[in-house]
Amino acid sequence: MSGAAAEIVFDRVTKRYPGRAEAAVSDLSLTVPAGEICCLVGPSGAGKTTAMKLVNRLIDFEEGDITIGGESVRSLDLTELRRGIGYVIQQVGLFPHMTVAENISTVPRLRGWEKGRTRLRVDELLDLVDLPAEDYRARFPSQLSGGERQRVGLARALAADPPAMLMDEPFGALDPITRARLQHELLRIQGAVRKTIIFVTHDIDEAILLADRIAILREGGVLAQYDTPARILEHPADDFVERFIGSDRGIKLLSLRRLDELELAPLDGAIDLRASGDTTMRDALSQMITHGSRSLVVVDSEGQPRGVVTLDALAALAE
Amino acid sequence: MSGGLLLAQGEPIIPDFGEGSDCVVENRFFCPDWVRDNWAGVIQPALLQHVKLVVIAVAIGFVLSFAAALVAHRYRLVEAPFTAFSAVVYTIPSLALFQLLVPVTGLTVTTVEIALVGYTLLILFRNTLEGLRSVPPDVLEAARGMGYTRGQTLWRVELPLAVPAMFAGLRVAVVSTIALATVAALVIPYGLGYPIFLALREAFKTEIVVAGGLAVLMALVADALLVAAQRALTPWASARRLA
Repeated sequence: MSGAAAEIVFDRVTKRYPGRAEAAVSDLSLTVPAGEICCLVGPSGAGKTTAMKLVNRLIDFEEGDITIGGESVRSLDLTELRRGIGYVIQQVGLFPHMTVAENISTVPRLRGWEKGRTRLRVDELLDLVDLPAEDYRARFPSQLSGGERQRVGLARALAADPPAMLMDEPFGALDPITRARLQHELLRIQGAVRKTIIFVTHDIDEAILLADRIAILREGGVLAQYDTPARILEHPADDFVERFIGSDRGIKLLSLRRLDELELAPLDGAIDLRASGDTTMRDALSQMITHGSRSLVVVDSEGQPRGVVTLDALAALAE
Repeated sequence: MSGGLLLAQGEPIIPDFGEGSDCVVENRFFCPDWVRDNWAGVIQPALLQHVKLVVIAVAIGFVLSFAAALVAHRYRLVEAPFTAFSAVVYTIPSLALFQLLVPVTGLTVTTVEIALVGYTLLILFRNTLEGLRSVPPDVLEAARGMGYTRGQTLWRVELPLAVPAMFAGLRVAVVSTIALATVAALVIPYGLGYPIFLALREAFKTEIVVAGGLAVLMALVADALLVAAQRALTPWASARRLA
């Protein structure tokens, strides 16, 4: 398994732990289309990490099936299955005794790639995760910051070009600034590599930012809703989902949309506030509130004014 | 320094040091000329024998402990019995252990080696096992998630990461075995213990100082070599941490 992204299908999967009455994952069916990011969210005890670990069989299951690119994960050899799926965890789990380059080349070496090819791949990946290869190749994990470690973790998971990736709260342990930067890096990288990614998080804002589709799980691993972020925010399936996404869902919805989508009012007079067209409506609203202004000028990439967004226009949208 | 273990007969000692310099005749603390005269005949052979005793004992002890630690790492049940066995051996006084072994293996180097190996087991076993278990759980999970087999995880992750703990154990084992091996002279005329043994009988200071000093020096050199070897083997452990 390597190369092009593969569709991941959960087909009526149930996972019970011995000695526990309630199932950890209950009759879970969902399809993650090839090349999309699916965020699994939910409160603790909702089985999101369990559901993710069923895919590379770090946790085994008996009921139902999971297929990757049409192949059942149970029909594949266990080590081959895992080597074909990128795996990123919150604590990163870099090998402390290996350099950055050795860490990244773990799976290529397991697969017996020849040295020259592996070396090229390592440099290519370091470049992709924005760590200069010259500077980072020979470092040990102890010589990296938390954010750098997770970049290396991401590069390591991508090394053998797997069709699918599993990410378990990869940015959960990072400070907010580093986390935001890495979230955007992940989107940029995903734009380039187009993997099928299952991403576990308890942070609904992170899910809204990253996901093509969000699966919201409730206690007992029951799927409450599976849809695009916009549709979940616009039409929460039930009270549980509504409570889980929070009372500020109108604002969250604005974070999915950019000023470019709006029809701009003509310029009239001097307005101090400016923002580019790719600013989210949420950020634009926040700027207006912060500066006590009822409108904001949208500028193009050269900084030339294109038109005006008003508070009323945003308010009308969120309905 | 009168009245050591072997001088307790109560008889006065009137040492006859034969012909020698004033230093030797007066039994001063340290006589370089005696050392020069007896280096090739007495001191150097004893030193080499001592090195041999220690190297063989630690090597065998390491192989046994290493194998036992691997088994105990895989099958937890093995840990308690082996720990108990090696701890009991460790608590037996060396003199008593020799007494126990002599009827079986005689007054031989084998008797000495068995005892010395026995004393290394506890520290080497515990440290190797602790080292194998010290691998952070996230590192093990990443290894499993990336498709390392159990054997690959052991040889490529757990063992390399156990090396610092193993070296810590080796350092203690080597230094204590060097000290302990001097007692071998009670069984056989072998190692640095033997000149000390003879010199004690005559209360001849220079020989005690030279042989004892060499044992100390040997321990220091061996420890330094082990530290250097560990640094070379585990560059990651001494890598400059990020501030």
